[in-house]
Amino acid sequence: MVRINIDGKELQVPAQSTILEAAKNNDIFIPTLCHHPKLTPFGGCRLCLVEVKGFLKPVTACTTTVGEGMEVVTSSPEIEELRRLVLELILSDHPNDCMVCEKTGSCALQELAYMYGVREAEYAGERRNYETRDGNPFIERDLEKCILCGRCVKACDEIQGVEAIDFGYRGFRAKICTSYEEDLDCEFCGQCVAVCPTGALTGKLWKLKGRPGTTKEIDTVCPYCGIGCNITAHVKKNEIVRITSAEDTWNEGWLCVKGRFGYQFVSSPDRLVRPLIRTAPKSGMPSLGRKGIKWGEVFREASWEEALDLIASRIREIKETHGADALAGLSSARCTNEENYVFQKFMRAAVGTNNVDHCARL
Amino acid sequence: MTNSIPEIEGMEVIFIIGSNTKESHPVVANRMIKAHRRGAKIIVADPRRVPMVKFSEVFLKMRPGTDIALLNGMAHIIVKEGLLNGEFVREKTEGFDQWKKSVEEFTPERVEGITGVPKEDIVRAARLYGLSRKAGIFYTMGITQHTCGTDNVRAIANLVMLTGNIGRESTGVNPLRGQNNVQGSSDAACMPNVYPGYQKIDMPGIREKFEEAWGTALPPKPGLTATEMMDAAAEGRIRAMYIMGENPIITDPNMHHTIKALGSLDFLVVQDIFMIDTAELADVVLPAACSFEKDGTFANTERKVQRVRKAVEPPGEARDDMSILLEISKRLGYDMGHDTPEKVFQEYGRLWPAMAGITYRRLDGGGIQWPCPSGTHPGTRFLYKEGFPKGKAPFSSVAYCPPAEVTDEEYPFVLTTGRNLFQYHSGSMTRTVKSIEKHAGEPYVEINPLDAGRLGVRTGEMIKVASRRGEIEIRARLTKRVSEGTVFIPMHYREAAANVITNDALDPVVKIPEFKVCAVKIEAVR
Amino acid sequence: MKDNTVVRVCMGPAGIAAGGKAVLEAFRETLADRNIDAEVKEHCSSHQVGCLGLCARDVLVEIGRNGSKTSYQYVKPDMVGRIVAEHIVGGTPVKEWLVDETFDTFYRKQVKIVLADCGRVDPEDIDSYIAAGGYEPTREVLMTWIPDDVIEEIRMSGIRGRGGAGFPTGLKWELARRSKGDVKYVICNADEGDPGAFMDRAVIEGNPHSVIEGMLIGAFAIGANKGYVYIRAEYPLAVERLKLAIKQAYERRFLGRAIFNTQFSFDIEIRLGAGAFVCGEETALIASIEGERGMPRSKPPFPVNRGLWQRPTVINNVETLANVPYIIRKGWAWYASYGTEKSKGTKVFALTGKIRNQGLIEVPMGITLGEIIHEIGGGIEGNRALKAVQTGGPSGGCIPAGMLDLNVDYESLAKAGSIVGSGGMIVLDEDNCMVNMAKYFIQFTQAESCGKCVPCRVGTKRLLEILTRITEGQGKEGDIERLERLSRGVKTASLCGLGQTAPNPVLSNLRYFREEFETHIRDKKCPAKVCKKLLRYSILEEYCKGCGACMKACPADAISGDKKKPHRINPDRCIRCGACFEACKFKSVARD
Repeated sequence: MVRINIDGKELQVPAQSTILEAAKNNDIFIPTLCHHPKLTPFGGCRLCLVEVKGFLKPVTACTTTVGEGMEVVTSSPEIEELRRLVLELILSDHPNDCMVCEKTGSCALQELAYMYGVREAEYAGERRNYETRDGNPFIERDLEKCILCGRCVKACDEIQGVEAIDFGYRGFRAKICTSYEEDLDCEFCGQCVAVCPTGALTGKLWKLKGRPGTTKEIDTVCPYCGIGCNITAHVKKNEIVRITSAEDTWNEGWLCVKGRFGYQFVSSPDRLVRPLIRTAPKSGMPSLGRKGIKWGEVFREASWEEALDLIASRIREIKETHGADALAGLSSARCTNEENYVFQKFMRAAVGTNNVDHCARL
Repeated sequence: MTNSIPEIEGMEVIFIIGSNTKESHPVVANRMIKAHRRGAKIIVADPRRVPMVKFSEVFLKMRPGTDIALLNGMAHIIVKEGLLNGEFVREKTEGFDQWKKSVEEFTPERVEGITGVPKEDIVRAARLYGLSRKAGIFYTMGITQHTCGTDNVRAIANLVMLTGNIGRESTGVNPLRGQNNVQGSSDAACMPNVYPGYQKIDMPGIREKFEEAWGTALPPKPGLTATEMMDAAAEGRIRAMYIMGENPIITDPNMHHTIKALGSLDFLVVQDIFMIDTAELADVVLPAACSFEKDGTFANTERKVQRVRKAVEPPGEARDDMSILLEISKRLGYDMGHDTPEKVFQEYGRLWPAMAGITYRRLDGGGIQWPCPSGTHPGTRFLYKEGFPKGKAPFSSVAYCPPAEVTDEEYPFVLTTGRNLFQYHSGSMTRTVKSIEKHAGEPYVEINPLDAGRLGVRTGEMIKVASRRGEIEIRARLTKRVSEGTVFIPMHYREAAANVITNDALDPVVKIPEFKVCAVKIEAVR
Repeated sequence: MKDNTVVRVCMGPAGIAAGGKAVLEAFRETLADRNIDAEVKEHCSSHQVGCLGLCARDVLVEIGRNGSKTSYQYVKPDMVGRIVAEHIVGGTPVKEWLVDETFDTFYRKQVKIVLADCGRVDPEDIDSYIAAGGYEPTREVLMTWIPDDVIEEIRMSGIRGRGGAGFPTGLKWELARRSKGDVKYVICNADEGDPGAFMDRAVIEGNPHSVIEGMLIGAFAIGANKGYVYIRAEYPLAVERLKLAIKQAYERRFLGRAIFNTQFSFDIEIRLGAGAFVCGEETALIASIEGERGMPRSKPPFPVNRGLWQRPTVINNVETLANVPYIIRKGWAWYASYGTEKSKGTKVFALTGKIRNQGLIEVPMGITLGEIIHEIGGGIEGNRALKAVQTGGPSGGCIPAGMLDLNVDYESLAKAGSIVGSGGMIVLDEDNCMVNMAKYFIQFTQAESCGKCVPCRVGTKRLLEILTRITEGQGKEGDIERLERLSRGVKTASLCGLGQTAPNPVLSNLRYFREEFETHIRDKKCPAKVCKKLLRYSILEEYCKGCGACMKACPADAISGDKKKPHRINPDRCIRCGACFEACKFKSVARD
C-alpha cells in the first residue's frame, strides 16, 4: 500500500494500482473512453489526463502507476479545458445520429458530451466516410462512429486470442480493420461489441429492437455449454431482443457466439405451443431434416387435460401389464436442477423404477 | 472440476487433453489465454490441431484412442526422472509401488510407436507438467467417450496423484461439462444408481431415508443407463419411455439402432421445446418452456449453483417441465408435495448436505459452489483441500488397449466426432437461429488434404462416409487440422448425422459410447 | 616547365552530380593539348562518401602551385581553358571565378567531431577505422574501466540526446544502469525521418563503426548484452554499410562473446523500419521491434525502466552514440570545452533552403544563428532578404531574421519557441509564406500521426483544415484563436512527442508572423505571393506588347488577345500557375 493524495483526500491504495484505479475505488470520478478495467491500459482518448505534482505535463490516469506521496489533481480549469477540447474533436468527426443509434442511452461518448455540454461544432470539418461492407450475420460495424479507443482490438487479442483486427492506416485515415483489409477471420464472440463504448459495434440482431433503458433486464444463466456464463436478457414485448453480460459477473462479461447471439431460438416460430397426440401410425423413421412433412396429418392438437390423462393412463396400463421396470425416463441436462430433481422423483416415487438417466455421456 | 474457472488464471501449467476448449468451452479458453499471457505454459494433446494449439508450448498430436499410452508414457518419464511429488505420494496415496511397475513398459519409444507423437515432445510435456506444482488438467469427451473412457480418467488421476497437482488453488483436475446443467442433472440424480447428491441406492439406510422423505416405497434395484435403455427397448424389455428435453436419435451412437429401439416402444412421450427428431416417433408430444421462460437453478461445471430467472412467457400453451410432471404425478396418485421451484430446491437441500447451505436468497448475491453445508458456508472453490474424502487415494494400473473398432483394409480411416464453435449438441436450439445457420449451417467432414488428394476430392465436394453401421453423404472440408488417416464430423447436423456412423460400443463401467473412434471408409460421390 | 602544379577536381558524389567528370576530362585534355606537365587528381572520391565540404559550390577545383592553394567554384568545362591559360600558364588566377571569402569561414567556423572521420576512413574497411584509432576506446573501457566510470565520463562531458529532445545522455545511462533487471537493451535509433534531415545517414554511411562503438560502450555502462539498430529501410546504403560493419566487428570479436577477452558480451541486430515517421518516437520504435504496429505507449513507464519487452532499455540517437568513442578517446573535458554552459559539444545540422551553402555542417553549440547563416552558409541565395530560419523540422519553429544573434543551443532555441531537434535548419526568405510553411508541416505530421490519440489524430487534422482554408482565402474571423487554442491543446494532451510538438510550427509562426496570418484572413492576400488561391494575375495593358508569349505559356487557355494588342486574362479560367508571369519579358503580368 502507498499513501497518495487525490484532490486533497489522503488515501491508502495498493502499490501497483494506477491513478485511475485508485480514484475509482475511492469514488473519485475521472472521465475516460478508451479504458476498460479488464483490458490493458491504452492511454489514447486523453480524457483521463490529471495533474501530478512534479510532472511538467498532465499524465493519463489510466497508465500512470501511483507512487508514495503522489499528489494528484483530477480537475482544474486547465484539465477540464483539455477534456472539453478532446470531446469537441471526437464529436467533430462523429455522426450525430443518436436519434437512431442503438447505443443511445448506454453510450459512453454521449454521456460525456452531455456532462460537458458539448454541442457547438467549433472544429467542424471533414468526417470519415465508410461504406459498410461486411457480410457477417452477427456484428454490425459502423466505423464512422468508431473513436479508435482500441478496446475491440485489445479484447480480440488479450481476451479472445484471435487478433482478427488491429489499427490500420495513419493520421485521420486511421481505422480498425483486418490485416490488409481481408475478410474477417472471426469467432464472432462479440467481446468487441461488448467493450465498444459507442455505437460503432453492435449486434445485427438487435437492430431497432429496443435500446437499453427501454427494455426489461433479467439476469440469468446461458442455456448452452456447462460453463454457466452469467447473462442478462433484455426483453421487450415478451421478446428477448438482446443478450449481454455484465463486467462484474464471474465470467467478466465475456461470452461466446452462442451465448451472445444464439438466443433467437426462444422466439422461433417453430416452437411447440400445444400438446400433440399421434393420429397416424408410426412410420418408424424420422424425417432428418427432409422438408414437406405435414405434422397435422401425423399428430392432432389436444388440450393439456386430454394429453396428461392419456399419459397417466398409458403409464398405469404398461406398469400394470409389464411392471414398473418396463418404463424408463430420460431427463435433460438442459432442464433446471429442480426439474431434474422432480423428474427422477417422478420416475422413482410415482412410476416406481430407477430407469432414469440423462445425456451426461453424450 | 476440482478448481473454479477464475483459478485458471493462476495456473503455471495447463494440460488440455481431449478437449477442444476454444470451440466447446470458449469462455474457459478465455481464461486459459489470460493465463498464457501471464506466462502459463499450455500443453495440448489431441488428434486434431484444435485452436488452443496456437497458445501451446507443446502440442501432442496423437492418434485417436491412444490416451492411456500417452498418459502412462508421461508418468513413466516423471517417475524415471524423479519429478514426482514424493511427499504427496507417501501421505495422500496408496498402491504406488505396484502401479509404478505398470508404467515401466511405457518407454518414450514405445509410446511414440502407439501414439504417433515424437518422443521428444512427450518428454517435454512430461517435464513441464511434472516439474510444476501448480498445474491443472482439463479434459472433456475426448477422454471419456471411449470404450476405455474410465481407464483414461484413471490414467489422468494417476498423473495428478504422482505430482500432487490437486487440492490447492489453481491446481487440480478439471473435466469440462458440455451442457448447461449436466452437472445439475447428475447432482439431482437423473441417474439409475443414485439418489440426489450421489447417494447410492444400494447403500444401507439411504433408500429408507428417501422413502421416508418422499412418503412412499421406492424400487430397490438400480436401473438402466440411457444406452442400455435403448438396447432394452429394442429387445422389448422396455415398453414405454418418457423423454424430457433430449434428442437421442441425433446424440446417441449408431442412429439406426436408436430409431429401431424407439420405434419398438408401445408408448413414447417426448416433452420438448421443438418438434425434435425424437419427437417425430412419439405418441404424445408436450410443449415445454425453455430456460428463459422459467425460474430455477443450474449447476455449472465448477459445481456452482446459479439462479435461472424467467425473462419471457412461454409461447402458446407451453408449460414449464416441472408443472407438467407434477400434474402427471398427481394423476398417478402421487402428490409430490411442493409446487414452486424454490420449494423443490429446499427439499433437495434437506436431503443432500452438500447443498444444504444454498438458498434462492443467497443465490441472488451470486452463484455458490457446492459443497456448501450451512447457511454461513461460503461454498467450495476447489476440492480436496483437506485431502481425499475416502482417505488415501489409490493408484490404479491402467493397461493400454486399442479402441473397439480399429481400421482395416475395408475401413481404413478413423472417424472422430465432436462439436464446432457455432452449433450446439443436436442443434435443436442453434439450428433455429438464423445468424448461426447462415454462418455454420452446413454439415462437413474435415479431411486431410493429402488423403483428399488420394481420393480425388476437393474442398466443397460431396463424399460418402460409411461404417459398418451406416453411411452419410457430406461435404468435404480439406484441412490440416486432422492428420492423415483421420476424419472429423461435427455431431450437430441431422441431415448428415455423424451418429449414423458411430460405434455404440460402451465403456464397461460407466456405459459411455465410443463416439471418438470408429473405422470408416470414404469415397467420392460423383 | 616542370613545377609541381596539382589540379584537384571534386569528384565526391556532389561533385560528380555537378558535372565533375566533364571538368576533370576538360582539364586533362587542355593540359595535354598544351603539353603542360601538371597532375590532375580526383578529390573527395576515395570512399564513395560525402566529403561534407562545400559541395553546394561544386564543381570545386583546387589548384596547388608552389605550395599555395587556390580554389575555384562552380566550375564548368567551358571555364577550364581560361583557367589553364590565365592561371596555370599565366600565373594569374581568374579572379571572378574564385571562391569568395565565406569559403574559408565555412570550414573555420565548423568543429568536426562526429563527422571528423567521415570521408577520412573507409566505411567498408574496419582496418581503416582501427588505423584511425577506432575500437581503442572500447578496448580501454572494457579492460580498465568500470561502468560507473563510463557513466561519469559521459555525464561530465555534458552531451545530450542529439535526436531532438536533448535529454542528458549520462543521466539516461545512469537511470538504466540503476533500473532493476537482469536483461537490458541498447537501441540505436536510426529512424531518421524529419524532412530534409540526413545527419544520421551521413554518419552511418561515412563511419558506421563509430556507432557500433558507441553502442558497445553504452551497453557496457548500463549492463546490456543485446542491442538493436532500428534503421529506416529507405537508407539502403546505410543499411548495407552497417551490416558489413557489424559483420566485420564480429569477425574481429569486437562483438559477440568475451569481447577483448573480458566477461562482457554484446550482440547487435538490425531492424528495418517500414517508413512510419512515428517509429522514430522511442516507445513506438520499441513496439515496432516487438512486432507490434508502431504506436507509441504512454510514459511513464519510461524505457529506461520498462522498455523493450518490458526490460530496461536505453535508446540513443545515431549522432549521440557516434560521439561516445570520441569523448572516451579525448576525455570529457575536451568535449565539454565546446558549447555553452548547458549545451556541450557540437551538433550536426542539415542546412538547406534559400541559402548558398547547403549541406551538412557540424558546429559547436552556442554558435549564433547569424554565424551559421552568413559565415558558414554564405548568406541568402540571390539578392533576397532573410525572413526566418526554421529549425527542428516538423517539431520545431521559426526564428525571425531579427534574431540572428540567438545562440544555437537547446535552451536558447526553446526560449525562442523552436527546438534544436534532430538538426534540420531551413532558411527562408521573403518569398516564403509563413502560413503555408505551417500548413506544410502540419500536413506532414497529420499524415504521419499513428491515430492512437485523439488530439493528434483529429486535432492536427483540424489544424490542417483551418490552415488550408486560410491559405485558400476562406479564413474566418476567430481562426487564429481557434488555431491557438487547438495548438495548445494538442501540445499538452497528445500522447507522444509527435503530437506534443506538431503544433510548434503553427505556434511559432503565429508568435512572430501573426500579421501575415491576419492579412491572409482579412485581406485575402498572401504577402509572399505563395498561396495560389489568393493570387490574382492580370495584364497591365500599358506594358503589354501583345507578343503572345503568355498565351502560349498558359496551360488553361485563360489568356486571349490579338497580336500586338494587349492581352487579357480570364480570371474564371486562370489556375494561378504563374506561367504567364514567368513568360512575360516585359513585366506586364501583374501578380497580387
